[in-house]
Amino acid sequence: MAIAEPSISNILDSKIPDGPIEDKWDKCKFDLKLVNPSNKRKFNIIVVGTGLAGGAAAATLGELGYNVKSFCIQDSPRRAHSIAAQGGINAAKNYPNDGDSIWRLFYDTVKGGDFRSREANVYRLAQVANNIIDQCTAQGVPFAREYGGYLMNRSFGGAQVSRTFYCRGQTGQQLLLGAYQSLMRQVSAGKVNIYSRREMLDVIIIDGKARGIITRNLVTGEFETHIADAVVLATGGYGNAWYLSTNGNGSNVTAAWRCHKKGAFFANPCFTQIHPTCIPRSGDYQSKLTLMSESLRNDGRVWVPKRKDDNRPAKDIPDNERDYYLERRYPSFGNLAPRDIASRAAKLECDKGHGVNDTGQAVYLDFRDAIARDGEDVVRSKYGNLFHMYKKITGDDPYHVPMQIYPAVHYTMGGLWVDYHLQTTIPGLYALGEANFSDHGANRLGASALMQGLADGYFVIPYTIGDHLARHSFEKITEDHDACREALENAKGRVNKIMSIGGNRTPNQFHKELGGILWDYVGMERTKAGLETAIEKVQGLRSEFWEDLKIVGKNEELNQVLEKAGRVADYMEFAELIATDALNREESCGGHFRSEHQTADNEAMRHDDEFAYVAAWEFNGVGEKPSLHKEQLEFKNVPLATRSYK
Amino acid sequence: MSHETINLTLKIWRQPNAEVEGRFEEYKLEGVSTHASFLEMLDILNDELIEEGKEPVAFDHDCREGICGMCGMMINGQAHGPDNETTTCQLHMRRFQHNDKITIEPWRATAFPVIKDLVVDRSAFDRIITAGGYVSVNTGNAPDANTIPIPRKDQQKAMDAASCIGCGACVAACKNASAMLFTSAKVSQLALLPHGKSERGERVLKMVAKMDEEKFGSCTNTGECEAACPAGISLDNIARMNREYLKATLCSTES
Repeated sequence: MAIAEPSISNILDSKIPDGPIEDKWDKCKFDLKLVNPSNKRKFNIIVVGTGLAGGAAAATLGELGYNVKSFCIQDSPRRAHSIAAQGGINAAKNYPNDGDSIWRLFYDTVKGGDFRSREANVYRLAQVANNIIDQCTAQGVPFAREYGGYLMNRSFGGAQVSRTFYCRGQTGQQLLLGAYQSLMRQVSAGKVNIYSRREMLDVIIIDGKARGIITRNLVTGEFETHIADAVVLATGGYGNAWYLSTNGNGSNVTAAWRCHKKGAFFANPCFTQIHPTCIPRSGDYQSKLTLMSESLRNDGRVWVPKRKDDNRPAKDIPDNERDYYLERRYPSFGNLAPRDIASRAAKLECDKGHGVNDTGQAVYLDFRDAIARDGEDVVRSKYGNLFHMYKKITGDDPYHVPMQIYPAVHYTMGGLWVDYHLQTTIPGLYALGEANFSDHGANRLGASALMQGLADGYFVIPYTIGDHLARHSFEKITEDHDACREALENAKGRVNKIMSIGGNRTPNQFHKELGGILWDYVGMERTKAGLETAIEKVQGLRSEFWEDLKIVGKNEELNQVLEKAGRVADYMEFAELIATDALNREESCGGHFRSEHQTADNEAMRHDDEFAYVAAWEFNGVGEKPSLHKEQLEFKNVPLATRSYK
Repeated sequence: MSHETINLTLKIWRQPNAEVEGRFEEYKLEGVSTHASFLEMLDILNDELIEEGKEPVAFDHDCREGICGMCGMMINGQAHGPDNETTTCQLHMRRFQHNDKITIEPWRATAFPVIKDLVVDRSAFDRIITAGGYVSVNTGNAPDANTIPIPRKDQQKAMDAASCIGCGACVAACKNASAMLFTSAKVSQLALLPHGKSERGERVLKMVAKMDEEKFGSCTNTGECEAACPAGISLDNIARMNREYLKATLCSTES
């Protein structure tokens, strides 16, 4: 697809405050207008999504006195997919006394993102991370402790200090339950109302401002209009566009995509994280891929047989016939090389014929040496639940045979474009957590998704949203306002259209086929020709979808086929944007690897002179060329450099 | 990993909604890989049903890695099926034999009304947490996390209790449909940690009262809940909650 002539945008105002990077957030907070305490109760805020970002935001906004409506697609706010995060959350507390600092966390994260994130946002993230650990501890999150009772840390990829706080292999669960409990406390206080089993289908825009949403009640099929003074989207990432990913099955792009169609720019959609340590796929029936936490690489060693197509069991392959390729290629970071690098290295070994498993699409993650060194009990105490999960899924016992792992789609760094206030290009519409694009650039480091979700929810949006509310006047709106009716009809119309196709193929079959296209052409390695093929194939599949989709049942009931179809319909449009963005970005950076742009030893080659920008896409209609707006990135504090973990 | 396939007869509870009576229906399913998970087996059935123009079986699910607590069904009379400490999504078909007949039902409890087929309404659990399952600390209030050391054994016990995934298997497995294991896990976690101590008396009284109000049954120490729990939550938590409750009742500081 050709793209409308891009230029550095004068539409995008990132609102980054002036001054030294250490002072920007303080300056911003001081410059923000405040809503006085007694006026806060006059404002209504909608928060969509109840993961770390949405749950934390809704709870905190409720504490401040705003009236909050909180929405989730699951049966309870406690189910959001943040709950599945395993390894941990970063903060530069420097409790281990190993040389950590806010500056180092900032530096590591900018470098880890391959210089495609916004410095000011990342610095703020590193600054507030310490408050997150304090807050969660006070909520009763049982972080791991040393014998003396003080907090314990472990290491994660892309860092040479131990700064990751954790709760066994269930850190996301514990942080989410902390946020959920704070949220339910506000329900008890009457400040938050929960709307569960609701799916957001459209955003209501009045006088250029987001003023509400349309939802479908997933139990009754009823379409509902919810009006507010601001809307906060915390609806997660879009990894499920690839069909197989580590995301929960319900995670989807619909809310973000519908906002994009109403004018919110979508930034860097091609920046997708393929996580190196997932359980390999085993068959066509497979509905998801399961992550094995990166923390396992603290003690597990990654290797493949030196000999191609070596079919001996792992234990029969002697050490001198094993290639510990991460340790060999990246001696200073070894098995803790960042995710994008570790994933690509695994793919390279498998492509060369060193992969293991029936499929040749797997490498070993071996705990033999750790068990010999520390004993099985120590390994169990650190990773017991992960080993248990691995055994459940594969039938193999990792205490005795090495795990087999392979990369899988895990996290999406791209998302709705937001300014420093986390506001999208639609005033009054904010995007938090994985749903926005701002902090991780082209690759996210381990243990920083939880950090960002909670930073946005607890410590950023509660300040910045007040500025919007204080600066504008909000006319009283009722459900019969033209814009509300139009959004309602829009949402209903889409559902009716889906219901009326009467074809032969199920939503799941279409989704699987779409995911196959994205994995083959917009996966770990991308080429110009491949991306052009992908766009063509997606367009073709989208036409088939609207002619041959089969739905059973009706709208006025719990209808999971219809829910799925609505989400797949949006992926069919969105997938084209992912490929378009990947085609436009003629460089390799982080998780975006264009094979035309690599060094002699297969490392990513960036082109900073041309591509040190955020690609923010404006919707011009389905099948129409989107417009590209560029936000130039400046690196004043972490000088642009080739990333090296050797 | 060698692949085997098995044929199954599935006897599944079908109920269009809460107002209509439900009944069992039988389905034949052939060629299911033993490496598929239980929910993937249902996905295969559902795709076949949709192709035949029939209503697929509704069931709740999300993360499919055993942590979100959304899935759950009675499989041959056992909550989450035959494996210990395993959610339905983590149960794999290698656990079953060729030509097995599998009976699948929703959680059954007055407090968990059926919404459709295998989907039930567990919002009563949210209301129990709302009654007091939290520490009252506003964002921004917290002192440095290392200000209060927490003995490692307390942290470990709190973590054990906090591992509850809120799936409702304990209620479904209990002959009285009691929610004691769920409620006691949260009461225990917060009572074991210094940050939760100031509200502990009030918390246990409110949460237990809400549990009763939601029409969960009483505990008769049968232990089915512990046996069914996919997260390994121990009965010790119920004992701890009983102590907390007694203490709160006898030593109430309310005037």
